Amino acid sequence: MVEVTSLTKRYGSVTAVDDISFKADSGEILGFLGPNGAGKSTTMNIITGYISSTSGTVKVDGYDILSEPKQAKMKIGYLPEIPPLYIDMTVRRYLDFMFDLKRVKLPKKEHVEEVMRLVHITDKGDRIIKNLSKGYKQRVGFAQALLGNPPVLILDEPTVGLDPKQIIEIRSLIRSLGKKHTVIFSSHVLSEVSEICDRVIVIAGGKIVADAKTDELAATLSGNLKLSLLIEGTPSTVITELKKIPDVTGVRKERESGDNVCKYTVDYNKGADIRRDVFSAMARVSCPILEMQSGNESLEDMFLRLTKEKGGKKK
Amino acid sequence: MIAILKRELSSYFRSATAYVVMGVYFFFSGLFFYLYCFRGNSSNLSYVYANMFYIIMFIIPIITMKTFSEEKRQKTDQALLTSPTGLTEIVLGKFLGAFLLFALCSVIFLVYAVVISFFAQPQWSVILCTFVGLMLLGSAFIAINVFISSLTESMIVAAVAGMAIGLLVDMMTYFINAINVDWITAVLEKINFINYYQNFTYGVLSPVDIVFFLSVTALFLFFTVRVLEKRRWS
Repeated sequence: MVEVTSLTKRYGSVTAVDDISFKADSGEILGFLGPNGAGKSTTMNIITGYISSTSGTVKVDGYDILSEPKQAKMKIGYLPEIPPLYIDMTVRRYLDFMFDLKRVKLPKKEHVEEVMRLVHITDKGDRIIKNLSKGYKQRVGFAQALLGNPPVLILDEPTVGLDPKQIIEIRSLIRSLGKKHTVIFSSHVLSEVSEICDRVIVIAGGKIVADAKTDELAATLSGNLKLSLLIEGTPSTVITELKKIPDVTGVRKERESGDNVCKYTVDYNKGADIRRDVFSAMARVSCPILEMQSGNESLEDMFLRLTKEKGGKKK
Repeated sequence: MIAILKRELSSYFRSATAYVVMGVYFFFSGLFFYLYCFRGNSSNLSYVYANMFYIIMFIIPIITMKTFSEEKRQKTDQALLTSPTGLTEIVLGKFLGAFLLFALCSVIFLVYAVVISFFAQPQWSVILCTFVGLMLLGSAFIAINVFISSLTESMIVAAVAGMAIGLLVDMMTYFINAINVDWITAVLEKINFINYYQNFTYGVLSPVDIVFFLSVTALFLFFTVRVLEKRRWS
């Protein structure tokens, strides 16, 4: 549905997007993950035809965005990072305008109402956009992208700045839309991407550093395993004892949390399970374990590692 | 194009812009009308028209200052440029919106003519001819100011720059008199708006003048399209 081939964008000597290629099929929710400034928005702006690429091609449903922009743009619904709202208009008037601008060929009134229902803004139809809260503005932006039922939806950080309830709503909306549309959506929140998306592309420094199915991502990329512990006892004793356990590769004292109580992080080899050993070791020196959490390297850590390792070297 | 035009007009009338512009326009044209025609006891509107040049110079940048600068600042240009509507249509829609507001303001002149007709026989041919001239002058100015607006993100900068250009155009005659270099004066003479506009106020409808203003309009609208296009590629 969306086919991006060796896309590159340079601003003078700065390479914002560096040779990115990927494909998103219809009915797929593709997550675009990367730290701020990784090139997510730039890539999306190129796909939607807002800016041009230095080299490389973008095809939307077979139409090239540069040579057949009209047909390609008809297929896309775009919600930029900052929703493009005319704040002096009412919600309904704005959506009417966007309907005309996008040359949608559906019955106007019904379609606008339907889209408003979908994002739950029907009761705000006659409010002036300026006076709406951030969450509602975001939804109006969403509604605008949905006009005309485009097969491809491109959403640039749609949940930023929303409250938790709104985030959950928007996420479930994206998930339900993903059944019929191709959705490419960007975020720098990993849990969000792993929750919603079928596939994740991690970009950093303008390059793709990982492209995998969400559930495979953790398995293929995770490194050492971790255990975090809260133990009461003299830190030096605790550390020596922990280090004696087979398969432990490292022990770090994270911070003191109260009287003689410290938090530790223990790294250990893949495939091992050291929890019982830790328990008996600590029992031997009578240092009670107050908390034990097996923290396989979290997606967040992995993400940081990935983007630091591979994205750091910019050309 | 129609969608953009409708939005532009509704934005003028939904904000204070349209009313302030019309108020100022009507006030000053009315003042000139009173001074020249009533006080001066004349049925000749051409002085009023000639003086409107100054008002247009200030009014038009106010009308057009928002057209593209504000879109860029509010990032709403993302919606425009990623829609299937082409750049030329976007620019034309914005231009026509501003032009219609200006035309609506200028209809007041026809009212003045009707007022005069109660007291004396107005020269309808001259009045209509001048009206056409005013429309053409306005469209050229609007195109220039839309172009200026596309260059900046700040509507204040767009307005001030537009007024400065207007002043320069107005002072062209002084420059021509002050400069002694033949080829420069020859060039300035050719682009002096007032030379072309004046013919209309005399009741002369010449193709040269019409073509001049239409070309300026087309040229600057074309420049505007190019500026927007260039922004995509930079």
